[in-house]
Amino acid sequence: MSQAKEKTIEDGIIKRVSGPVVSAAGLDAKMNDMVYVGDEGLMGEVIRIKDELTTIQVYEETSGVSPGEPVENTGEPLSVDLGPGMLNSIYDGVQRPLAVLEGQLGAFLDRGVDAPGIDLEKIWEFKPIVKKGDEVKAGDIIGTVQETESIEHKIMVPPNFEGGKVKRIEKGKYTVVDEVCELDSGEKITMRQKWPVRSPRPTKEKHTPTIPLVTGQRILDGLFPIAKGGTAAIPGPFGSGKTVTQHQLAKWSDADIIVYVGCGERGNEMTEVIEVFPELEDPKSGKALMSRTCLIANTSNMPVAARESCVYTGVTIAEYYRDMGYDVAVMADSTSRWAEAMREISSRLEEMPGEEGYPAYLSARLSAFYERAGLFTNLNETQGSISIVGAVSPPGGDFSEPVTQNTLRIVKTFWALDASLAERRHFPAINWNESYSLYRNQLDPWLCENVESDWPDVRQWAVRTLAEEAKLQEIVQLVGKDALPEDQQLTLEVARYLREGFLQQNAYHDVDTYSEPGKTYLTFKAIKTFNDEAFKALSGGASIEQIQTVEAVPRLNRIGTAKDHTKFISQLEKEIADQLKELY
Amino acid sequence: MKEYQTINEVSGPLVFAEIDEPIGYGEMVEIELSGKGMRRGQVLESTDKFVAIQVFEGTTGIDKKCSVRFLGETLKMPVTGDLLGRVLDGSGQPIDGGPEIVPEDRRDIVGTAINPYAREYPREFIQTGISSIDGMNTLVRGQKLPLFSGAGLPHNEIALQIARQATVPEENEEGDSSEFAVVFAAMGITAEEANEFMDDFERTGALERSVVFLNLADDPAVERTITPRLALTTAEYLAFDLNYHVLVILTDMTNYCEALREIGAAREEVPGRRGYPGYMYTDLSMLYERAGRIEGVEGSITQIPILTMPGDDDTHPIPDLTGYITEGQIYVDRELHSKGVEPPINVLPSLSRLMSEGIGEGLTRNDHGDVSDQLYAGYAEGRDLRSLVNIVGREALSERDNTYLDFADRFEKEFIQQGYKTGRTIVDTLSVGWNLLSMLPKTELNRIDESYIEKYYEETPEGSKVEG
Ligand SMILES: Nc1ncnc2c1ncn2[C@@H]1O[C@H](COP(=O)(O)OP(=O)(O)OP(=O)(O)O)[C@@H](O)[C@H]1O
Ligand SMILES: [Mg+2]
Repeated sequence: MSQAKEKTIEDGIIKRVSGPVVSAAGLDAKMNDMVYVGDEGLMGEVIRIKDELTTIQVYEETSGVSPGEPVENTGEPLSVDLGPGMLNSIYDGVQRPLAVLEGQLGAFLDRGVDAPGIDLEKIWEFKPIVKKGDEVKAGDIIGTVQETESIEHKIMVPPNFEGGKVKRIEKGKYTVVDEVCELDSGEKITMRQKWPVRSPRPTKEKHTPTIPLVTGQRILDGLFPIAKGGTAAIPGPFGSGKTVTQHQLAKWSDADIIVYVGCGERGNEMTEVIEVFPELEDPKSGKALMSRTCLIANTSNMPVAARESCVYTGVTIAEYYRDMGYDVAVMADSTSRWAEAMREISSRLEEMPGEEGYPAYLSARLSAFYERAGLFTNLNETQGSISIVGAVSPPGGDFSEPVTQNTLRIVKTFWALDASLAERRHFPAINWNESYSLYRNQLDPWLCENVESDWPDVRQWAVRTLAEEAKLQEIVQLVGKDALPEDQQLTLEVARYLREGFLQQNAYHDVDTYSEPGKTYLTFKAIKTFNDEAFKALSGGASIEQIQTVEAVPRLNRIGTAKDHTKFISQLEKEIADQLKELY
Repeated sequence: MKEYQTINEVSGPLVFAEIDEPIGYGEMVEIELSGKGMRRGQVLESTDKFVAIQVFEGTTGIDKKCSVRFLGETLKMPVTGDLLGRVLDGSGQPIDGGPEIVPEDRRDIVGTAINPYAREYPREFIQTGISSIDGMNTLVRGQKLPLFSGAGLPHNEIALQIARQATVPEENEEGDSSEFAVVFAAMGITAEEANEFMDDFERTGALERSVVFLNLADDPAVERTITPRLALTTAEYLAFDLNYHVLVILTDMTNYCEALREIGAAREEVPGRRGYPGYMYTDLSMLYERAGRIEGVEGSITQIPILTMPGDDDTHPIPDLTGYITEGQIYVDRELHSKGVEPPINVLPSLSRLMSEGIGEGLTRNDHGDVSDQLYAGYAEGRDLRSLVNIVGREALSERDNTYLDFADRFEKEFIQQGYKTGRTIVDTLSVGWNLLSMLPKTELNRIDESYIEKYYEETPEGSKVEG
């Protein structure tokens, strides 16, 4: 964020300070204008105007700020700097680069400091793709810059430009503030755009997504897939696996760009990303993962107003890369902290509280945020997408609370985390009976074509078996397993392998952590082979005890960690079939 | 420094006063009780006409005639290495009769956030000597790991056992230059409980390398909101300026939160869940997030907050919000306690989120993660069967099920049970684990890499060889 303090409109005077909320008199301001508060110039935003008083949420600690100090207006809404240099960076909630701040301030974040969101001095190699005389309009790509080893940054005509004929454009070395192109309309294009975070960037058209965001997580890709351009919520009590799942998606999903928003969560979790991602390779490109990642961190102990803005900062950056034609995935961990920040500010404004103290506009804000996801045709005719995965942290793990409920009304994929699964270290602790994906049908054609034609059938078989198990378990709780008929006991046995060999996936195991779709399919198939052969054996006269002691079967649970899974699976299937045939 | 005699309202822990000059938000205030001493407080809301003041030592005896002085700065903690060995009250005044404290620096107690970019991810294994922690929920240096307990449970014994036994095995061999220190902050605990800690600190000589802050049950409640901040400011100085490895014990966080609620109610704020303030999450995180490591700095802050869950209910806002901030939690369990298991730690809901990075080859042992996973799975399965066995009886269960029932029993009696005086090395802990796992057929050990089974599985398991 760099709001140069050039334009002063009319300074105001602070009248009241209450935590992150400050009121000032005499300020000539518009709603959502960025302001500088107090002698130290703390960054803030206008959130209410009433009579003489302007109310401001302040993005920094307000200790020591007192009535009588000035408030200076920039006259512009809260905006981000967009341009090359955002990837491989970590920002706070208002796009201050944390690496730069460390250099200026040391290990602790002090206040009243400002630094531009992108490096204004760094030199980039600009390559034009249009030439003098070409007609360009808003959104058009005029050139490229190699931003990181994996991402080519497209330089675009800002969406609010008129466009015109290219008057001058030249290949060469530029900083983001240098002019790289001039149009006959008189408009001058640099590699830096400014965009207000609360306004979505314009596109041409929104489409129904049909391609999955492949996550490399068996339960997600196999049972509850999300589309590129889709939305998902992942609610769960503390310690159930929201963050690990989102880290897994950030690491292994096949998006081009990842924007990871740590909203009101732990400092160490952001540090983990900074330390671990540079060492990991993108399974697709083999390039370092960090080179496609942008991090936004407003940790739980950072000022609460900046928590309210950090999700917008994140999604605006995502939209900018979408405009270039990339598939972007946004992880927001946790949207509950964002909602709570809204609640805190709202209560300091003494607004009329809605459900559980949340403001009445909670639901509207949530849907407006998730609406920024989608598969789009951009102004420049490229296609790009934004997928949003939002963690939700319900108090007491109770999904009936307002944030979870309002989110579920909007998103189309629901990954329900379950404390009792986490307790027994069944990870990912996603409850397969409660979760759902409304994208299944629209993604099936792609899966059939690109993975295996009977993918939907195999999945359906697994879904049925797991549902059957849930029903049978209720009976077992009353009478014990041995009281069931043998075929039902066998169904339980098969379901156990689905749970242990397919649904469980260890994020910390070098091999198991990522399962490409082909492997996910084969794992399904291997368990189905056991199912089919075992039922044949049962009807051929073998007993359930005999089937349970077949030596090869437990190895189904080792498919995930097997180094050469194709060989492992084909051998295993053969052995299982052979050994079962011996029983009858 | 201007004095006012303009108090126009006293309400619960709050005092409202008119002013005619600007007062900073969060500024310190002194209120003079006509000849009967002085109270300290802090500005909670500042306008150009009046201020709201939160009084730490309680408002009893304050009237409209009292004079109010604004000190022009926020609350500071005087810090120095000489604090080690000292006992202070809940607002940081020495109560041990020792010499006056000459500060090296005075630090703002609110603290500022550590830049995530400057943090170092915690990875150093701390051996607490307690199997249920070391083996199943490993603690690492720089972690915040609370004890979730209940009234009347032995959380203090566990905290003390950790403080006594904690070592970093690697360093014993290499000889570390940084020393270990304890910062202990009591908030509203009984004098008896406080003595339990003090006696243990004195007996083991730990007091010399400790700083103790005591706000006891009969001390002012509002003071509890500053005690942990004073303690953590001290801890930060010891860790990041003087390079100590600091273990901070905060007890009882429940009392701290009650004090927050009291202030919120007095301010007539819109309450959040169960009457606790809506900002309690943020408030607690500003304490807990002060744990950690900083790149390039030798010292560290490890936090063990203790909280007693009202009604043993972990969905209560205090444990709930804590669990959402800390890096795991250790559950002290009433049922295990009544069975006589010492320490009565229920590993199933317990968690250490920093475990995976702190264990394994070169840190503890390569089979550690797998063993822990398998013990979890086995114990969870065995415990599930207990309820079934009550209905259908053991005979109706399969041989496999019966084995798991026995496994769960032995797990509690041999792995968890060890007493408060015994310390086990990590190797001891893992061999108790393998001894139990060897009750199960090898094919059941599907969470363990085959090479480890080869190496550690006991073909003819005898009883556990390690003392329990
Ligand atoms: N797929 C997985 N594989 C292995 N372990 C996992 C997996 N998912 C979760 N875990 C374990 O669960 C722990 C808690 O997960 P995580 O930190 O993601 O929880 P959370 O839901 O984000 O909690 P909070 O709301 O408190 O942030 C992790 O530290 C890890 O030990
Ligand atoms: Mg999390």
